Amino acid sequence: MGVSVIVFALVQLVPGDPIRLALGTRFDQETYDALLERSGLDQPLVQQYFNWAGRALTGDLGVSFRSGETVTSLIAERLPATLTLAFASIVVALAIAIPLGTVSALRPRSLVDRFATVISQFGISVPDFWMAIVLILVFAGTLGWLPSGGYVPLSEDPLGWLQRLILPALVTGTVSGSVITRFVRSSVLEALGSDHVRTAQAKGLRTRQVFGWHVLRNALLPLVTVTGVQLAYLLSGVVVVEIVFSWPGLGQLALQAVQARDYPVLQGAILLFAVVFLVINLVVDVLYTAIDPRIRR
Amino acid sequence: MSAPTPVLEVEDLRVRLRTPRGPADVVNGLSYSVGPGETVAVVGESGSGKSVSVLALLGLLPRGVATVTGRALLQGEDLLTMPPERLRQVRGPGAGMVFQDPMTSLNPVLTIGRQLVEGLRAHSDMDKAAARRRAAELLGEVGLPDPDGALDRYPHELSGGMRQRVIIAIALSNSPALLIADEATTALDVTVQAQIIDLVEKLQADHGTGVIWITHDLGVVAGIADRVLVMYGGRCVEDGTVDDVLEHPAHPYTRGLLGALPDLAQPAVDGVVPDLATVPGTPPAPTDLPPGCVFWPRCPVRGDARCETEQPPLVQIGPSSGALPHRAATWCTETSALGTESSGEAR
Repeated sequence: MGVSVIVFALVQLVPGDPIRLALGTRFDQETYDALLERSGLDQPLVQQYFNWAGRALTGDLGVSFRSGETVTSLIAERLPATLTLAFASIVVALAIAIPLGTVSALRPRSLVDRFATVISQFGISVPDFWMAIVLILVFAGTLGWLPSGGYVPLSEDPLGWLQRLILPALVTGTVSGSVITRFVRSSVLEALGSDHVRTAQAKGLRTRQVFGWHVLRNALLPLVTVTGVQLAYLLSGVVVVEIVFSWPGLGQLALQAVQARDYPVLQGAILLFAVVFLVINLVVDVLYTAIDPRIRR
Repeated sequence: MSAPTPVLEVEDLRVRLRTPRGPADVVNGLSYSVGPGETVAVVGESGSGKSVSVLALLGLLPRGVATVTGRALLQGEDLLTMPPERLRQVRGPGAGMVFQDPMTSLNPVLTIGRQLVEGLRAHSDMDKAAARRRAAELLGEVGLPDPDGALDRYPHELSGGMRQRVIIAIALSNSPALLIADEATTALDVTVQAQIIDLVEKLQADHGTGVIWITHDLGVVAGIADRVLVMYGGRCVEDGTVDDVLEHPAHPYTRGLLGALPDLAQPAVDGVVPDLATVPGTPPAPTDLPPGCVFWPRCPVRGDARCETEQPPLVQIGPSSGALPHRAATWCTETSALGTESSGEAR
């Protein structure tokens, strides 16, 4: 509810007249007024909000000013691409972060640790579009191994799907992975130094057991949180990366909606992002109770 | 008191830690032994090297940070030179350890049963069911109500005293020859403390376990120890039987510690309870130990010219009441040179 008000208000704050943009440069007042009335933009804002929110509750997010398609169908069209990229990125991110973070926590201030710090600092600070362009230049341009962008559904062309997925997933995965590496390192370090790990060692457990059940098991908690946050961020569309790789995801849809002042689409997309955040937070909380008995009641 | 073959024999134990402010000599030449069934209390302030000295024995100090030298024979085998796999086998059946803080010393996300069972199974080929039965037995032995139910509980569902019993059960699960209790009762309230001490004494009597009891609580020492070792600045400054050390303390530091005990028998003067005597100052930084007696910077006596410049050796002083020599590392052995240690002095 609160989210919907904020979404609605923010979108209204965007300057520009959607009707003018939809009609182009040449139009008469009559068409303008007719369209204004049809879109409901002539009504007071509060009225507009309740109209929108009421319909949104029933799953009707309105109709795009620009294309005339329903917002739900536009979003549904883009959703598979976004889901694919988000989950692929998280896989890449975890594949980087867990080993790198763990190894650097096990050998703090060692060469590996320093290397990991540099890599993750690089991943965090390098702009993703730059990394995307460099990867395209190298792998699509010079080497010609992979296509430079686009998206095909898995069901149509599995190989093409994979080939087109690798580069964007690598870019967003590296960025998220860099953030997660930091968390893995610090939570493993913390777990390593904890009293109960010393108790486990004093029991005479094998190193593998101490590490698996006493260090990693406890380091998992912060990892779940940060992975959830990263996944939510990836699901809300990584606008820049999607554009560089012409990836038809939600980020691109939202950007186009902003440019066209296409309020219904924009509101629908933002509302979806908000819901995604809420759902992921819920999932993280549920996972927490599964992992941490202290939260169970 | 001391048996023919000690369970543990420590000789010239030294621990040097690498710190950002340079090497820190945390333990400097510690030698003692623990016989079967004997309790040795190691006493000292925070930072005197008590805990580090026992963690070093079992190789529990952080890797790459600590350098440990000397000898520590546990039932004839040197803990400090044994290969890692042998050391792992010794942890548990050779020496069990009880840690200071029951709130953090158990893994919060595993059940009590699991934490006991894994310790048992690391040292035997017991199957899960047998290990679980043994775990419940152990919990019963340490006086936990409803041992079977407790197996499936998580640490946060138990009180501090109960958790400490669980930790003791873990430490004792492989019937160790040596039990090391590192401030095992410090975090507990007094009644629970007394129960835990009774428990350890009973188990010790049943199993003939040698015990190292690390504490800064002299009341506990008087109740439990056969022998006392007073540590200061990583050195042993005085040791002997509990009677000798507590009743005829020779080192100014030991006297200071005893003087710092509150005396409930002392009457209040005009309704005012006398201030507690304290040992002024703080222990020396292990990165910067004084060249002479480690206690010199805080010593109220300084009765000898050598105090400042020359390190006093640990030598036998005066007569001893028991089978053990009463030793102290101080130049000021003349009782007359030492001030009175009564707590009224602080007024």
